[in-house]
Amino acid sequence: MLKDITIGQHYPTGSVIHGLDPRTKIIGTFAFMAGLFLIKSFWAYIVVVVLLGSVILISRIPLKYVLKGLRPLMVLILVTFLINLFMTRGEIIFGVGPLNMTREGLRQGVFMAMRLIFLIVGTSLLTLTTSPITLTDGIEHLLNPFRKIGVPAHELAMMMTIALRFIPTLLEETDKIMKAQIARGADFESGNIMNRAKSLVPLLVPLFISSFRRADDLAMAMEARCYRGGENRTRLKALQWRKNDGLAFVVISGYFGLMILLRLTV
Amino acid sequence: MENELMINVEGLTFIYKGQESDLLALDHIDLKIRDGDHVVIIGHNGSGKSTLAKQMNALLLPTDGKVHVKGMDTRDDDSLWKIRQTAGMVFQNPDNQIVATIVEEDVAFGPENLGIDPTEIRKRVDQSLLAVDMAEYAQKAPHLLSGGQKQRIAIAGVIAMKPDCIIFDEPTAMLDPSGRKEVIRTMQKLNREEGITIVHITHFMEEAVDAGRVVVMEDGKIVMEGSPREIFSRVAELKKLGLDVPQMTELAQELKDEGIKIASNILTVEEMVSVLCQLKLKN
Repeated sequence: MLKDITIGQHYPTGSVIHGLDPRTKIIGTFAFMAGLFLIKSFWAYIVVVVLLGSVILISRIPLKYVLKGLRPLMVLILVTFLINLFMTRGEIIFGVGPLNMTREGLRQGVFMAMRLIFLIVGTSLLTLTTSPITLTDGIEHLLNPFRKIGVPAHELAMMMTIALRFIPTLLEETDKIMKAQIARGADFESGNIMNRAKSLVPLLVPLFISSFRRADDLAMAMEARCYRGGENRTRLKALQWRKNDGLAFVVISGYFGLMILLRLTV
Repeated sequence: MENELMINVEGLTFIYKGQESDLLALDHIDLKIRDGDHVVIIGHNGSGKSTLAKQMNALLLPTDGKVHVKGMDTRDDDSLWKIRQTAGMVFQNPDNQIVATIVEEDVAFGPENLGIDPTEIRKRVDQSLLAVDMAEYAQKAPHLLSGGQKQRIAIAGVIAMKPDCIIFDEPTAMLDPSGRKEVIRTMQKLNREEGITIVHITHFMEEAVDAGRVVVMEDGKIVMEGSPREIFSRVAELKKLGLDVPQMTELAQELKDEGIKIASNILTVEEMVSVLCQLKLKN
């Protein structure tokens, strides 16, 4: 059933990593990504592997599950690798027709592929260990200081929350409309891509119309419950820094420091 | 005396401004709802009953006339939020009024908007969920609940704002019979145990039976007002308005027409049973 799908790809295990403040995890992920872009030598990748490996181990998420996130992006990684492999000038080690594989290309290709893989694994760890709501909360808090320059932090977070809330509702509705159309002879499964895309129109139009009606209803319900934006609003669950967050920051700074050091020396 | 009035509607007229023509939705309505009342407003689609409901917590403002909630004028911008906190509202569609992805977060939405302290919010959320018998669902996702359960969550969300009055705008229209019963039971409990004033808008006549007062609307006007017994004994008038009467009232009327001596203002099955048994004993 469409109803049972999980939103995002949160994988709750109740580990220490899951219990960290979402802000810590978001900042950590960004620091991790920034660190990846500083890398010049293969040595630095050892640090990355050790760090990622221990995070996965502590989070108790099966490695297989983490790597599943790579699958849809495999093509992108492969294309990046091949372009780098053949398009980099240098010492030719292998040539097929106009394509020349170079030593520098091989190095560059492997380098870029690894960087991409670690980037994806790192960011998917964030969503795997953080529920969408806490993630939204974290983003709101982190963006708060930028409110002065016009970043609508609260509004963005509220939009994300509402989107998450209505994904299952709209999926259910899609299911219902689809069945109603099928009962009246609509065909969503045969024909080429163009025909199939066309057959989606009678599905999307009612879905859009009803979404607007829902939005209208929801806006009124929110107003009736005294919603007036983020000003003076309190939260049921306030985010709190804990001891583990401090520890996590030590690790993150250590990693980032090491990355800079490796960039400068090796 | 003014203070005892929860909602005071005086000469209320409301016109929906349309692109081509204007629509007179409410036509000089006068209605007084006292603290602790349980009032049911009935009328069929387009009679103006939902528009009247939205006037009671300043979601719509009068074109002419006045609406006072606990002495506050709904046209006064400064008391807008106080009015909405005093007169909470539960809507028809259970899906379209739940904001958060977790039940307790949704119940907390109102108090959060009021800027209440987190520890107090926690307390209110727990109490409200208990009051609607949904405490064990605090951590659940709303889309996995039944319609009746979702409506009770919506009610809990309103109670958490500590309102004096709750306006129900056809809360049972989209529910199955068991969900309808859950909501009605919750409503009665709140009225009797917590002393919350209830204004219930519906087109199900059966739901009006337990009310303290019934108001019948037609074409933006109040056409009848009185206790359920008074209203439902006027079967012919109700029929003319295209409204149903409770099944038992209809049965009593038909029996009376057949020449059986029976009161025509019977409302529930239980009453009917006792009246019929007495009738049998007499013969």
